[in-house]
Amino acid sequence: MLDSVLFYFFAGIAIVCAAMMVTRRNPIHSAVFLITTLLATAGIFLQLRAEFLFGVQIILYVGGIMVLFIFVIMLVRLDAPLQELRFTFQRWVTAFVALALVLEVAVTFLLLRRLPGQGSLVLRAVPADRLPPNSEALAQSLFSSYLLPFEIVSVLLLVAMVGAVVMAKKR
Amino acid sequence: MMPAGHYLFLSLALFLIGAIGVVTRRNVIIVLMCIELILNAVNINLVAFSRLYGDVAGQAFALFIIADAAAEAAVGLGIIIAFFRNQETVFADEMDILKW
Amino acid sequence: MPTGYFLEHLWLIPLFPLISAAMMFFFRRLIPKAAVSFLCVGSVALSFLYAAGAVLELLAAAPQERVYQQILFEWITPGAFATTGGLTQFVADWGYLLDPLSSVMVLIVTGVGLLIHIYSVGYMHADDGYYRYFGYLNLFMFAMLTLVLANNLLLLFVGWEGVGLCSYLLIGFYFKKESAANAGKKAFLVNRIGDAGFLLGIFLIATTFGTVRFTSRGLGDPVAFSGILQTLGALIDQHRLAYGAPVLTAIALLLFAGATGKSAQFPLYVWLPDAMEGPTPVSALIHAATMVTAGVYMVARMSAIYQMAPVAMDVVAISGALTAVIAASMAMVQTDIKKVLAYSTISQLGYMFLALGVGAFAAGIFHLMTHAFFKALLFLGAGAVIHALSGEQDLRKMGGLYNTIPRVSRPFMVATFAIAGFPPLAGFFSKDEILSHAFNRSQMLDRYLLLWIVGWITAGLTAFYMFRLFFLAFRGRSRISTHVEEHIHQPPLTMTLPLTVLMLLSIIGGWFALPVLWGEKNYFAEFLAPTLGGVEADTGTVQLGQHPLLKEYLLMTASVAMASLGLWLAYKLFLKNPKLHTQIAEAWPRLHRVLTHKYYVDEIYEALFVNRLKDLSTALGFLDAKVIDGVAVDGTATLTRVFSRMSMWWDKWIVDGLVNLLAKITSGFSVPVRMLQTGMFSMYATLILLGLVILLGYYGHHMQSWVRNLR
Repeated sequence: MLDSVLFYFFAGIAIVCAAMMVTRRNPIHSAVFLITTLLATAGIFLQLRAEFLFGVQIILYVGGIMVLFIFVIMLVRLDAPLQELRFTFQRWVTAFVALALVLEVAVTFLLLRRLPGQGSLVLRAVPADRLPPNSEALAQSLFSSYLLPFEIVSVLLLVAMVGAVVMAKKR
Repeated sequence: MMPAGHYLFLSLALFLIGAIGVVTRRNVIIVLMCIELILNAVNINLVAFSRLYGDVAGQAFALFIIADAAAEAAVGLGIIIAFFRNQETVFADEMDILKW
Repeated sequence: MPTGYFLEHLWLIPLFPLISAAMMFFFRRLIPKAAVSFLCVGSVALSFLYAAGAVLELLAAAPQERVYQQILFEWITPGAFATTGGLTQFVADWGYLLDPLSSVMVLIVTGVGLLIHIYSVGYMHADDGYYRYFGYLNLFMFAMLTLVLANNLLLLFVGWEGVGLCSYLLIGFYFKKESAANAGKKAFLVNRIGDAGFLLGIFLIATTFGTVRFTSRGLGDPVAFSGILQTLGALIDQHRLAYGAPVLTAIALLLFAGATGKSAQFPLYVWLPDAMEGPTPVSALIHAATMVTAGVYMVARMSAIYQMAPVAMDVVAISGALTAVIAASMAMVQTDIKKVLAYSTISQLGYMFLALGVGAFAAGIFHLMTHAFFKALLFLGAGAVIHALSGEQDLRKMGGLYNTIPRVSRPFMVATFAIAGFPPLAGFFSKDEILSHAFNRSQMLDRYLLLWIVGWITAGLTAFYMFRLFFLAFRGRSRISTHVEEHIHQPPLTMTLPLTVLMLLSIIGGWFALPVLWGEKNYFAEFLAPTLGGVEADTGTVQLGQHPLLKEYLLMTASVAMASLGLWLAYKLFLKNPKLHTQIAEAWPRLHRVLTHKYYVDEIYEALFVNRLKDLSTALGFLDAKVIDGVAVDGTATLTRVFSRMSMWWDKWIVDGLVNLLAKITSGFSVPVRMLQTGMFSMYATLILLGLVILLGYYGHHMQSWVRNLR
């Protein structure tokens, strides 16, 4: 019961804020709405018993990436009128494509003759107290099975850091 | 328990919104933000299924994606800044130097 | 079979003059004149000695055995080929044959040749080309001896061609003089026409008999060695050939064609008068005594075939008679001393062929021999006169030399009587033999009688023109120019000695036939009978038998009478009343003109043959220039140009066009693709999304089953 409520609450916020983000004129507004979307996503993570990810999401995504975005927005702030056209010329094509995608997914599910939420795709109830502690389990798998990707990601971050510095440097 | 399909639909919706945003918006910074949105949608999907199967690999994957998203955002913004220095614009339809 | 040293060394006889000729050609001016004389005359003398020795050894054998052959080596061995008699192994060898006929010829050639060589030493001693002259002369001796001693037709032909070549070389001896060079060419060319027929005759003989050897007798093994004579007899016995067979007539006529060219019969006699451009001894040797008689010899040698071909014999006889009378008529008006003698030679050769044609082969050879004596004497005498008069040859500018150069004029007179046919000189006997044979074969007003009449009249003409010559040159008032008269000198001994010897021969040369006077056999004919008897067959062969004595005496008287008539006419016209002949000439100007121009034969030949050949060459030249050069060469050039233009078009439009087309297609394809590069990444993103949608749609059904298999 609580699960559903939480889910619908956070899901609704996420979708609404996402839609708002995509349609705002002012980039700052978009950024703020993205922050809320990310926070809602973090809530979803929590609801799914992924506490570590919940924390990481907030700290990293919101606290790091979005801050970066805000900085850059302010850096490239133009004095151009904010009345300018927001959307590119591809909006009709995009609408069509999006519709097509939705239809496809719908068709797939319909062909299964199951409405979402019924049948095999049901979360098998793993009782909450039976779940292993999330951080420990994650750390366990991260440092044993997925050690290589872990190391590669660290190299990746290094590369990205160097690249960003080089890219944005003043000549 | 929530049926897994709900999470799937949520993920799909966020994905679509993000995709539309990427294609449609003129301001490239907004485009980058929409890309972040797409990545998030994927993360929700992954974590949901990780919860379904009790396998923590999904969360690990999601973690990697977050790290990757950070790197990508940094580099992408660096490129935008460099481009802004050259062309004085952040709007997609004005960025056509590589036109035929 | 006869044997002996000289017979075994028969092959040396042609070799001596060949060696000296070779030395002349190799060493040339290095040899001093005296050595040249010694060498060349000596080699001929040696040949004469060996020839005489060989003939004596031959005479030692019985009359039926008088044949000797020796083979030096096998020359042509092409192998088997088919003839009328079946398949034979044809062989032509280099071998020599000595039998009565060739012994007569070899003695004449070497004997008279020796005398003329001696004479030449004196005659040519002032000439620059002394060594060249003797070289050619000796080469001629070699060729002529090969001809008379040959044991087969091919070797005879080798000698035949050799004497033709030497004749050309010697006629054109004074090559710096254009008329001499032309005369040499004319001789060779006219000769060649006859030679073509001769060769065809030889080939026909080869295919008919399978051999070209004369006889197989006189050798060690006659069976393996077939001769024409024996094969002919065999073919007649097997009834494969008969009297008058066409192939035999063809052979005989073709061979006679060769004789016509070589022996200057009508119509191929035109070269002989021109041949007088050569030195006089050459005229004596080649054109009187030896080369021109080669034709007579050859016909006599093939007498067996001729006796089987009566049509050919008639042709020979008629041709001979015709030639005799035409030449005699032309000799009457000639003003050059040598030309008169030239026509006289032609006429006498005609007599010889007349003899052969009526079947009197022995008489023909007899006349050949006596003619050699007195004609050589006449030519040498004329040469002496020319020499004495410092080169004057025109009869109108001579006269009164009888007592001035007696050593020349006395023999000359004897020779004139001999040729006219006065007894007891040589010419009488031989000429009488011929005429009596002709008369005896006639049966009341047939062709033989006609032939006798022609021969009889020609005898008169002969006497007439010969005495004309004698009177004009030696007797009467001198018409010699004073300049020349001052320089008259006696000819040297080397020149007068041969004259004397020949004079003796002219006197006694005919006495072989003396027995005929009292009804006995002619020794000469008897000697030759084994060779000239021909195949034993019932064909009406030569009868050497006796004729009624009275008839003989009557005929003799008739010939002498005719000769005397000629002498008397000449005396009247040229000695007694010198102006008379000019008056007669003016009385019949057209006849005189025709005779002087030799019946315009040379002009006819030039119009008919020479100019036609020139036209042909002009036409061919035109063909070459216009058609071949024009069409072939220029045409090819134009064709090449056309092809190159077509090639260019092809290259420009098709080949390059294809390449350009490819380029255009590629660029055409690239245009829409290029348009994709808008530079706007939002479009790229749209396309990515679109691609995703398409992929999902395409692989959608896989997703169903996958989803279905989930737990």
